[in-house]
Amino acid sequence: MYPNDLRYSKDHEWVKVEGGEAVVGITDFAQHQLGDIIFVELPPVGKELELKQSLGVVESVKSVSDIYAPVSGVVAAVNESLGQAADLLNKDPHGQGWIARIKIKDAKDLDGLLSAADYEKFLEGLERS
Amino acid sequence: MKKTPFNELHKALGGKMIEFCGWEMPVEYAGIIPEHMAVRTQAGLFDVSHMGEVLVTGKDALAFVQWLTPNDASKLVPGQVQYTALMTPESTFVDDILVYCMGPEEYFLVVNAANDDKDFAWIAGHARGFDVEVEHQSDAYSQLALQGPLAETVLQPLADIDLAALKTFNWARGRVLGKEALVSRTGYTGEDGFEIYTRDPDPGGIWKALIETGKPLGLQPIGLGARDTLRLEAKLMLYGNDISDKTTVLEADLKWIVKLQKGDFLGKPAIEKQLAEGLTRKLVGFEMAGPGIARPHYPVFVGGERFGEVASGTFSPLLKRAIGLVYLPIEATTAGAEFEIEIRGKRAAARVVPTPFYKRAKR
Repeated sequence: MYPNDLRYSKDHEWVKVEGGEAVVGITDFAQHQLGDIIFVELPPVGKELELKQSLGVVESVKSVSDIYAPVSGVVAAVNESLGQAADLLNKDPHGQGWIARIKIKDAKDLDGLLSAADYEKFLEGLERS
Repeated sequence: MKKTPFNELHKALGGKMIEFCGWEMPVEYAGIIPEHMAVRTQAGLFDVSHMGEVLVTGKDALAFVQWLTPNDASKLVPGQVQYTALMTPESTFVDDILVYCMGPEEYFLVVNAANDDKDFAWIAGHARGFDVEVEHQSDAYSQLALQGPLAETVLQPLADIDLAALKTFNWARGRVLGKEALVSRTGYTGEDGFEIYTRDPDPGGIWKALIETGKPLGLQPIGLGARDTLRLEAKLMLYGNDISDKTTVLEADLKWIVKLQKGDFLGKPAIEKQLAEGLTRKLVGFEMAGPGIARPHYPVFVGGERFGEVASGTFSPLLKRAIGLVYLPIEATTAGAEFEIEIRGKRAAARVVPTPFYKRAKR
């Protein structure tokens, strides 16, 4: 279910490291929780983000949720296609539904993220509680 | 948390359960958008057993209902249903309700789950001087709503009532799947459809049979999420959001449920006073001019000045736009008038639009 080449936050973001950049999105679990996603507020390119700072907002029919920066750095690019097709977050959350690319400021931030196996264990714990 | 008799069936169908007014209820199954569209185009089945019921009987039953509500219950003959309200002396809302005329001395009142106990206390508390009995029956009833253009097609094979002959806002008694039930052609979606009340101790079979009969026709189980988007498109009021004990019946633009000619009733002097003085604010529909969705309680600005907050707001799955309801200063309520709603710290343009947002084609 959860690709091994991604790393995951406990806030349900994923990160894929490509060179010095982190591609960021929300996990399949997150999109399921939110339901039909209809609008994504993206950060401006060039914005500097602290770790865990809100980088954008995802709106489903019923709720609004912040997306938190899983790594610190500068927004290098955003997924413009979400403007017309926010439901890519539902359809392909770990792929075409990526949200932003962040130029990684401190690679140590990545150590705080979970592997796919650990994230799945984390989710099991959530479902049990 | 209270559970309806259909609780396990919701979970078996993958319903995502939440707490609502002390009840464990499904908020969605397949998702708000597919559920919403199923009701608009085919059919949907809702568990609305959390709704409350109060039975008023006795020689003065009609006079009592007339005193408590602004609409004219004397126009009802047995078999008819009326939308009306319980009003305070200030003509604000205790609740909005349905009145079922069961007989000349028997009226069945259906109230919101959020107000169930409050309403019963209100009704019972005003009974002095009237020859009536007031009975709280919420625990005895379960209720299903079957809504959508195919509702009659789905229900007819399971019911011994001639549904084609049952007009909108009428009810009939009969059997659904052999179980005694009261069926009314009413609902909270803007579509044709039925509400089915039963006191049967084991009504689960009705739910299962409706799901099975309807499934090949596109029927889906519907959660509270789509119930809210459906009712908002049809501009049906939600107590606590659009109407409350702080909003008057005239401000809520519900003058059509006020029948001043019928005689005295609770709140009438306040209505007459407000009619004479004119309204200062009114509930209107809006849509957002750009992206972003206005939600309940978001701050509202008119001409740059703060004016209250959004009453109801959501994304309309049918219109694919952000829509809502808001109280605005009366001079700012004409269609096309622009104002602003603060969304996460930024003000976004919104405009007044005619309502309802959706009206179904006549049968």
